[in-house]
Amino acid sequence: MAMEPILTPLVREPGSYTLDFYLQRLDGYQALRKALGMTPDQVIDAVKASGLRGRGGAGFPTGMKWQFVDKKSPKAKYICCNADESEPGTFKDHLLMERNPHLLIEGCAIGCHAIGSSVAYIYIRGEFLHVQHHLEAAIAEAYKAGYLGKNIFGTGFNCDVYMHRGAGAYEAGEETALIESLEGKRAQPRIKPPFPAVEGLYNCPTAVNNVETLCNVPSIVLKGAEWFAALGPEKNGGPKLFCVSGHVVKPGVFEASMHTTVKSLIYDYAGGIANGRQLKAVIPGGSSVPILLPDQIDVPASFDGLMKAGSLLGSAGMIVMDDTTCMVWVAQNLLHFYRHESCGKCTPCREGGDWLLKMLSKIERGEGQMRDIDLLLSVADNIAGKTLCAFGDAAATPVLTTIKQFRHEFEAHIREGRCTCPADWRAKEPVGAH
Amino acid sequence: MSFHPEIPYTTGQHRSERLLSPEGEPFAFTPEQRARFEELASHYPPERRKSAVIFALFMVQEQVGYVSRSGMRHVAAVIGCTPAEVEEVATYYAMFYKQPVGTFVIQVCRTLSCALKGAERVTEEIANALHIKPGETDTTGTFTLVEVECLGACDRAPVVMVNDGWHECQRPEDAVRLLDVVRARGEAGLSGCVHRVEK
Repeated sequence: MAMEPILTPLVREPGSYTLDFYLQRLDGYQALRKALGMTPDQVIDAVKASGLRGRGGAGFPTGMKWQFVDKKSPKAKYICCNADESEPGTFKDHLLMERNPHLLIEGCAIGCHAIGSSVAYIYIRGEFLHVQHHLEAAIAEAYKAGYLGKNIFGTGFNCDVYMHRGAGAYEAGEETALIESLEGKRAQPRIKPPFPAVEGLYNCPTAVNNVETLCNVPSIVLKGAEWFAALGPEKNGGPKLFCVSGHVVKPGVFEASMHTTVKSLIYDYAGGIANGRQLKAVIPGGSSVPILLPDQIDVPASFDGLMKAGSLLGSAGMIVMDDTTCMVWVAQNLLHFYRHESCGKCTPCREGGDWLLKMLSKIERGEGQMRDIDLLLSVADNIAGKTLCAFGDAAATPVLTTIKQFRHEFEAHIREGRCTCPADWRAKEPVGAH
Repeated sequence: MSFHPEIPYTTGQHRSERLLSPEGEPFAFTPEQRARFEELASHYPPERRKSAVIFALFMVQEQVGYVSRSGMRHVAAVIGCTPAEVEEVATYYAMFYKQPVGTFVIQVCRTLSCALKGAERVTEEIANALHIKPGETDTTGTFTLVEVECLGACDRAPVVMVNDGWHECQRPEDAVRLLDVVRARGEAGLSGCVHRVEK
């Protein structure tokens, strides 16, 4: 279902990242002006009524998250914007920050007003240095024009927005690990509770929000909660950015409502499967969610729609694979990622991830045995749900889902003692665990 | 580190392990670097200067090329924490080099979306041209080749990062040409990773 883009309307225009462009073409900072005329509770109520759900992956209602922040606490409060976009297949925040940075800054400032904070930190992954420079320039412009700093619009509201650079850690995208990293430590998760809303950054009440989530806030304030909710299915309101990558004709970020089906995103928005091949499988929400088969994709790409279909919307990073793709290799590739990115705090994830990778590499090389398949399932089952954060489930999922949907490929690899689905785009020398 | 009696942890060092960097030359920030650090540290509450440790380690790496032990000790002194606290951060994050590296560090994204578009072949072509394996530096000290995990630009796969500069849509057959371009023009020769969408 086509809709007018709200988050990325003019991102393809030259200079879309400048303050002048934002003010003249996009109602820049009008929402902040309006929000500062409302009480913090009115802002939170509007966000709650809009049904905005976190865009980072978990889909938790943003208004609730803000309401949980202990406003009566005598301590400082903080907004931490999660710009550590690292989920494989996800690149939407990259586009927003690079092409529309003032939208994020405005969202941060409104968030600060709502939870009674005067500081927001944008935690950006270290590899996004070019994006960081765009945001730093935009922040400097906003200070100069009086949209950040002291006494904004003469209301007495003060707000500082600072960039904080990461240095290469997927786990820093987990909210408590992000806070640890911001405090100058290893990005490893904390035991919850206490949740960040009670004890977060520097043990103060904190809200951690994804970039796209905060970018949705200005339009809610400006155009109203009802308008926002009506853009999508019930409880899945608002615009959504979908990232489609892999074997499609036109990979990219597409803004659409959550009425849109996975099928339409692949075939209409991204132009279908490249090189005239057939679709084999799609991972609809970043690498951490279950795979969908071609006959399962005619479902709305919404939080609830994909859950009903047996997968998850996650970060909306859709990785599309054609019929040349070996699913044992896919599991091996993803476990290489999870083994490398495990923070090492919980034993099941740190050790289990390595075992899974080793066994998958063995099967992919053609040296596996039939009992390895059940062993894989057993190890994966001993990681999922047995770690401090959701990383454990994410690391187990690629194994569980590929064996569930493509067990015959694992068996064929073992029976024939070789990869039964080699492709010319893969390494000539098989990449094993090294 | 392995907790299994029969399966050793052989697939390379894990980020949760500690690895000692070389001592390196005696290190200190220049007055300009120190001023830049203090400006960054002022973004955090005064008793939370440690928050700026990642910035400080990047500044060490800018100057030395990797994070040396003398650099870590200087950072600890500047922040007012123990060297161990700095070391645990430096050894954890993937972007900090624990050993000297080549002038240009070629980082090929190896995760699924890039791999589906031929990233493994890109790595192979570069490794063959330089006669090294991923993780190694060539004999001239010009290039270090590493495989990295998802860089967050999957629509422009395969993506290659050279030092801090990005290069998008790297085809395997053009990989060797990329080396020549970087040799001649450095990061200026990269295509960048700005969305090629401006009208």
